[in-house]
Formats: sequence, C-alpha cells, structure tokens
Amino acid sequence: MRAKRQGGMRALIYSARFRGLVYQVVVVAAVIALGWYLVNNTLANLAARGIATGLSFLGREAGFDIGEGAVAYQASDSYLRALVVGLFNTLSVSVVGIILASTLGLVIGIARLSGNWIVARLATLYVEAVRNVPLLLQLFVWYGLVTALPGPRQALQPGLGLVLSNRGLKIPLPVWHETYGPVMIALGVALAGLFFLRRWAVARQYRTGQPFPWAAVGIAGVIGLPGLVFLAVGAPLEWDLPRLAGFNFQGGGTLSPEFVALLMGLSVYTGAFIAEIVRSGILAVPPGQTEAALSLGLTRAQTLRLVILPQALRVIVPPLTSQYLNLTKNSSLAVAIGYPDLVSVANTTINQTGQAVEGVALVMGVFLVISLSLSWLMNWYNSRVALVTR
Amino acid sequence: MKIIKTVMAAAAAAMFAGPALAGQTFDSVKAKGFVQCGVNLGLYGFSAPDDKGNWSGLDVDVCRAVAAALFGDSTKVKFTPLSAQQRLPALQSGEIDMLARNTTWTLSRDTANGLNFTTVNYYDGQGFMVAKKLGVKSAKELNGATVCVLPGTTTEQNLSDYFRATKMTFKPVVIEKNEELNGAFFSGRCDAISSDASQLAAIRANESPNPDDYVILPELISKEPLAPAVRQGDDQWMDLVRWSGLAMIAAEEKGITSANVDQMMSSADPEVKRLLGVTPGNGKALGIDEAWAAKIIKQVGNYGESFERNVGKGSKLKISRGLNALYTQGGLLYAPPFK
Repeated sequence: MRAKRQGGMRALIYSARFRGLVYQVVVVAAVIALGWYLVNNTLANLAARGIATGLSFLGREAGFDIGEGAVAYQASDSYLRALVVGLFNTLSVSVVGIILASTLGLVIGIARLSGNWIVARLATLYVEAVRNVPLLLQLFVWYGLVTALPGPRQALQPGLGLVLSNRGLKIPLPVWHETYGPVMIALGVALAGLFFLRRWAVARQYRTGQPFPWAAVGIAGVIGLPGLVFLAVGAPLEWDLPRLAGFNFQGGGTLSPEFVALLMGLSVYTGAFIAEIVRSGILAVPPGQTEAALSLGLTRAQTLRLVILPQALRVIVPPLTSQYLNLTKNSSLAVAIGYPDLVSVANTTINQTGQAVEGVALVMGVFLVISLSLSWLMNWYNSRVALVTR
Repeated sequence: MKIIKTVMAAAAAAMFAGPALAGQTFDSVKAKGFVQCGVNLGLYGFSAPDDKGNWSGLDVDVCRAVAAALFGDSTKVKFTPLSAQQRLPALQSGEIDMLARNTTWTLSRDTANGLNFTTVNYYDGQGFMVAKKLGVKSAKELNGATVCVLPGTTTEQNLSDYFRATKMTFKPVVIEKNEELNGAFFSGRCDAISSDASQLAAIRANESPNPDDYVILPELISKEPLAPAVRQGDDQWMDLVRWSGLAMIAAEEKGITSANVDQMMSSADPEVKRLLGVTPGNGKALGIDEAWAAKIIKQVGNYGESFERNVGKGSKLKISRGLNALYTQGGLLYAPPFK
C-alpha cells in the first residue's frame, strides 16, 4: 500500500503534465499576490496620507469649462460628464483621423508605385519627410499654421457662407425643417436599395458575366430619390449662417483650430506609415497577377480594384490595425495644443480632485477598451479578407 | 541633493529641536551681522539677480529693509535662492532667517507648517490680459470671449467660477505648455489669457511682440496675498520683520521718500516725528536704533518707490498699483499707527 502510494507520488513528480500544472498554478498565485499587495499597499499609503480614495468624486460638480464637445456640458455638470465629453472628443478625432489617414495612405502608397517619375518621387518625399519627424513637432507646426490665420474681424470669407479665421472654420448649417423627415426616409430607402442593387449586380455578373454599372445607378438613386422628395415637399431651405457677434462668429457649425491641427497632424503622420504598408501589400502580390489581369482585358483601374487590392489586403490589414491603434493613442498628444480630449479633461480632473491614481486608472481603462474594440473589429475584418483555404 | 538636505535638516530640526526661546533668531541674526533671506530663484520684479549678482525686486527690498532697520545698512543681507518645494523646509530648519519669496499667506501654512506671516507686501490674484485693439476695459466685458489658460490646480476653476457668477459665457483653450499657450494668445487664437496678474505682467514684458499692445484688466478673480514669513517662536524677530514692511507703507502714507527723508526729519507732524525716530520710543520698543525707519526709507525707499522701481512704471512689468495702492487711493495697503 505504502509502496504503491510512493509509486503514485513519484509518478506524479515525474509527470511533465503535472509539473507543468504546478508551475502554472504557482505563477498565477504569485501574480495575484503581487497585484493584491500593490493595490493594498497603495490604498494603505493613500489612507495614511489622508488622501481620499474611490470613484465617488465622479459625481461631484466639475466646476471647469470645456472648449468644445459633441455632448452638452456646462461647468455645473459632474466630473463623469466632463470625462464623457473628453471621451467623445477623443473618439471623434480618432474616427475621422483613421478615415483620412487610410485614404491618404492608400493614395500615397499607390502613388509610390506609379510609373510617373514625378508622382512616385513626390510620394517618396512625403513619406520620408513625415514619418521621420516626431509627431509632437508636427502638431506644433499645424497648430502654428491654423492659428496664424487672420482674426475673426478680418476673417477670410471664400464664399458659400464659409468663414475661415484663427478661431477655426465656420460652416453654414441648414436649419432643421419638419419636412426633412420624409427626405431622410427617402435617403434610407435609397441606401438600402443601393445595397440590394449591388448584391443583385454581383450575382448577375457571376451568372451571366454581364457587368452592371451598379455604382453609377446607385449613386444617382441615393442623390436623386431624396432630392425628388425634397422638391416634392416644396424645397424649404434655411441656412444658419455664421455671423460676427462680439468677439467671435456665432451660429453655424465649427471646426476648431485645435481639432483641425490635431486631425491634420495625426492623419498626415499616420498616413505616411499606412502608405508604406499599402505599398508593401501591393508588392507582395506577384507581378504575374497584374500581367494576367491585363491580358484578360481588365483596365489598370479594374486590375487594381478587383485583382491586386483584395490580395494585398491580406498583408495590409494586420499592420494596419497597429497603425489605427497608434493613431488613437497618439490623439492624447492633444494636451500639447489644447484640444480637450479625454487625457486633457482627466488631467484637469486629477489636478482639482487630487485623485491621481483613480484618474489615471480610468484613462488607462478607457483606452484599453477603445483599443481592444478596434482591434477586435479589425481582426474580424481580417478574417473576412484572409486567404480562405480550400 | 539640496532639496533632500534641506528636507532632512527640517525633519531633524522637527525631531530634535526644543521649543525656540523668545529672541533666539533676533539675537543670532544680530550676532552674526547679516540677515539670511530666502528668495525666489529668479522671478523678475520680485527677486532676481542681475548680471553682476546683485539681487533686486519687491521681495528683496523687504529683506533689505529688515537689514537697514537692524544694522543701519541695507546691504547686510545674504540671499538664499529657493524653489517652491524648498522654501518652507528651509525656513523651518533655520537655514534662513526670513522668507520673502512670493509666498501666498494661507491658513495651513500659518498654522500646521509652523510659520508666521508678517504684513502682505503684494496682493496678487488671477487676472486677464487682452490685446488693446479689442477695446476691452474690464473683465465684465469678456462675455463670449475665448480664454487661453494653463491647466493648474485652481486656475481653470477660478475662471469658470468667475464667468458663472457674472452670468457670462466663455470658451477655454487649455494648453499644458507655456510657450504654446503664450503663442496661441499672441497669435490671436484667444481674446484673453488668464493667470496670476504678476505672471501676466511678466509674460507681457518678456514674451509679447510689443508689450504696449496688451493690457492687463483691473479685475482679479482669486486671492493670492503674498507675504514675508518667519519661523514661529520668536515674536521679537517677527515684530521686526512686520514693522520694517509697515514702515515703508507708513512712509508712503506720509509722503516721505528716499529723496526727502532728510528734510522730513525737521517736520512738525507728530506722526512723522514718531516714525522717523525724532520723537523716540518706537526703536526702543523693537529693541533697535531709534532711526531705524529713517534708515529703511533712506536706503530702500517707501513702498511706492519700491513698487514702481521693481514692478511698476520704472520696470519692464508696468503693473498698475491696483490692490497694492494705499487705502486712501482705493488699495488695501494700510499701516497701523506708529506709536
């Protein structure tokens, strides 16, 4: 019996699987213990110094103002709401930045491979100049440029109700009219129609080989259908025009100098990296593919769109995800040029409440969630464009 | 290293020092023959050395006044330049005899930190600077303005409080770096810039393309009374520092300047006679020479002279008297009777 049990112990000790399990349990326990110690130690030290802990400060009145934001906010609102304003500012500059950077990167990346010597050299110049200069410096340059515009009283008015000054770009906005409801419904119908038209057109081309100009027809429908409804309800149109009142222009929509400078800085900088990723992706497709497509009678544009890009995307998407994450995280450089992003608002919150640990943890948590969501979205897209093994 | 040393010294002093005896600092300063005065590392107008190493400024003048009162010679001062973190430990530990380093008088410093503040020598506060061409004369006209501001402990909140209290609106542009913030203001991105008024004056003097194009508005939206401080435990020393500052204010009230102090010695005004020691008594009460105040005025000047020379019309800062005018001219300066 005893011998047998010893034998069992020995068998366990010599079992690689058991030892592996033990190591893993020990490592996990050590990590948990370390984390627990750090949290406990921090809490104890904060308590010893009489510093308040917890997230209850989020409900208190913030008492400071924020320059811009999609969410309505005033100084008497809570810290939580102030942080939400900052979060939406971060998200809006990131989303618009990602779209702009991708467009720019795609164009420049293709331009670098252009047969036209000047276009290719200019694209190379752009990439090398932009990606080798620190982003912070570029932001200062952009901010210097947009604030060097004339003041509101000498603002540039290039027409169409646009007003450009060092307070930003003011654009006229149409005033909402109750008949716009049906126009919006028509737009929705037209967009849905476009979706189904494309499916039908692709299916028909597979079946018969006959292409259908779905894009042209669809766009005509998307513009035409709401346009017709708009005319049918009597075309009521009233513009909210920017006008000079006191220190600044009132009315209309605003793109602030801080937003524009940050957006340009982030897009132009990240665009250079994306251009290189696009170029590497296209070069990864063997030239035989191009030659084959051309010999089949596809045009250059069709070759690029239908043959090269779908294959290049497999190489492009994973590093592209990293660039999108970088752009989002780099948006926190906003504090340097005064755009009220999440980090900027959190800085002020920490200054006022003295709860630095909670504030920083909150910002880290939010950025983690944003990054993981973006990463998940891109991985999902990657799995769609990835090579399907048959 | 210096910070660590100073803090260690303060800690050691706190642990081992017994209760200070009355007159301890006063006697030791008198015995060593000079005043060891803690000042700013370099804040133009308050305490800054010139290229020859001579210190000048509004705070420096307080140190000189104390030396003039005690030794009859305003040059018997040694300066210890201190950072914001070093200043309180340096005084607590006895490294310096008095602190004149644009330090705001607050309750906790006056009590828990073991200091005593003497008379306020500069009433500072958060204010606004605008371009002259806007034609704005008062902060009450700033409704709808865009305001450049540094993120700080209370700066943004003071700003919001002010605009809420006056039922006006504004748009903040919050930039962390000084250079970028000043650049944004001077390029016209903001209508106004908000900070402590003395800071605004320094920005205007040193950073603006043309200082005459900018004006600091008269309203102050927070309270920052700057006062010289001494260690607790030596009331005689505290009295000397306090009344040295007050003598400069009293001299301005009576129109006594460094230029006319000799003629004023023969004035018939009994208050002037008491201040200048022609009628004795004040010097004996403080434990110093009867001509102490006359020497301060002769060597350092009255408060108005010191103000105009260091931060007012005679300096680059061009700060107006505002709260720092005599009470008779709408300011807060008021010297108790010298009797």
